[in-house]
Amino acid sequence: MLTKRIIPCLDIKNGRTVKGVNFVDLRDAGDPVELAQLYSEAGADELVFLDISATEERRKTLANLVLRVAERVNIPFTVGGGISSIEDVDILLQNGADKVSVNSSAVKNPQLINELAGKFGSQCITVAIDAKQIDGEWIVHLVGGKVPTELRLFDWAKEVERRGAGEILFTSMDHDGTKDGFANKALARLSSELNIPIIASGGAGNIQHFIDSFKEGKADAALAASVFHFKEIDIKVLKKELRNNTIPVRL
Amino acid sequence: MRIVIINYGAGNIQSIKFAIQRLGYEAILSDDPLVIKAADKVIFPGVGEASSAMKKLKDSGLDIVVPELKQPVLGICLGMQLMCNHTEEGDTKGLGIFDVAVKKFNAGVKVPQIGWNQIESLSSPLFDGIEEKDYIYLVHSYYAPVTSDTIARTTYGVDYATALHKDNFYGTQFHPEKSSVIGEKILKNFLEIGN
Repeated sequence: MLTKRIIPCLDIKNGRTVKGVNFVDLRDAGDPVELAQLYSEAGADELVFLDISATEERRKTLANLVLRVAERVNIPFTVGGGISSIEDVDILLQNGADKVSVNSSAVKNPQLINELAGKFGSQCITVAIDAKQIDGEWIVHLVGGKVPTELRLFDWAKEVERRGAGEILFTSMDHDGTKDGFANKALARLSSELNIPIIASGGAGNIQHFIDSFKEGKADAALAASVFHFKEIDIKVLKKELRNNTIPVRL
Repeated sequence: MRIVIINYGAGNIQSIKFAIQRLGYEAILSDDPLVIKAADKVIFPGVGEASSAMKKLKDSGLDIVVPELKQPVLGICLGMQLMCNHTEEGDTKGLGIFDVAVKKFNAGVKVPQIGWNQIESLSSPLFDGIEEKDYIYLVHSYYAPVTSDTIARTTYGVDYATALHKDNFYGTQFHPEKSSVIGEKILKNFLEIGN
């Protein structure tokens, strides 16, 4: 049976993890490779690296990091952040990334999704969508939720599926950072209206939130950062609890 | 041991190379028929779209070379699908090594299937030390139905073949290089066939 995925997300700047990471057993808490290995051993199903660096060398630094992760980690990983061309994707995949995620570049140039899916296959193209509610309507936002677009979440999600996205990483900016649970109603609607996997993101605070994201939100995977980085939730304990709640997981 | 990963521009080759390294072996990448024919073990990777991958294979003449190989060959993911008779993806004729036609997943399940599923009905030395229902990582939209060449099955809407074997040819729909310790064990079993 296909299992639900638990995905830790690592923010990367200039090849190093940024968000304060509270792992006492790490020699170098800023080393994404070491952290990735730790998560892989802890039972993470997949990893996401989100690059937020803005230097001229970013492409090279990121490619080098991807290569080092691929060398040591035996589970799949996705790389996102600032990807805007076929060349960007080509470099990352050649260095060992399994999937890439595109966000604002797809909003600015939706045809990019068709081009990437055509060249590399839908299976490695994740489209990340950040959205929040304005007057009860889910609106797609850019720049970490700061800039609203004209796009409505459900219309845009259907469009990216039609253009060849292999899965959607949906972050609710209303829930992100609140530790109050995922946007389960919006997630469930995405899951019923689309036929590609949906990754839930934004709002994880406790184990019950993950259970709800799968049971109520019908998500295929759930992504979180700080609850894992600060060891508020242990992935093994989380997955056991999911299984106790009849949610299929890899243990 | 000479391990060659066929490099025809359609695959996450780096990850396979690294997985083999972690097992203590070295693999080289090549599209040279002579180098491939001289290998002890051949890995035939593949990700992406079937008809364009098949075109790349034909452009380098490897569509003739691969079916004639005599040493153990492991096709992974799209590599496995291209070793079949035909695939619905792009209505593509395959290499005809496995006598089966690859189909698209039906309605009722999300496509692509992405994530960890289980392998069952294991019947090959490829799975020595692997338990029934162990987890493997898959990402695909097309599948090979169960036939007499099937050596592992998985359920996703349908019961289908996640591994195939015929003569010296093996194929896995899943990615052993991405399937944690289970995948590494399967890859190790393949590398040690006949040793």
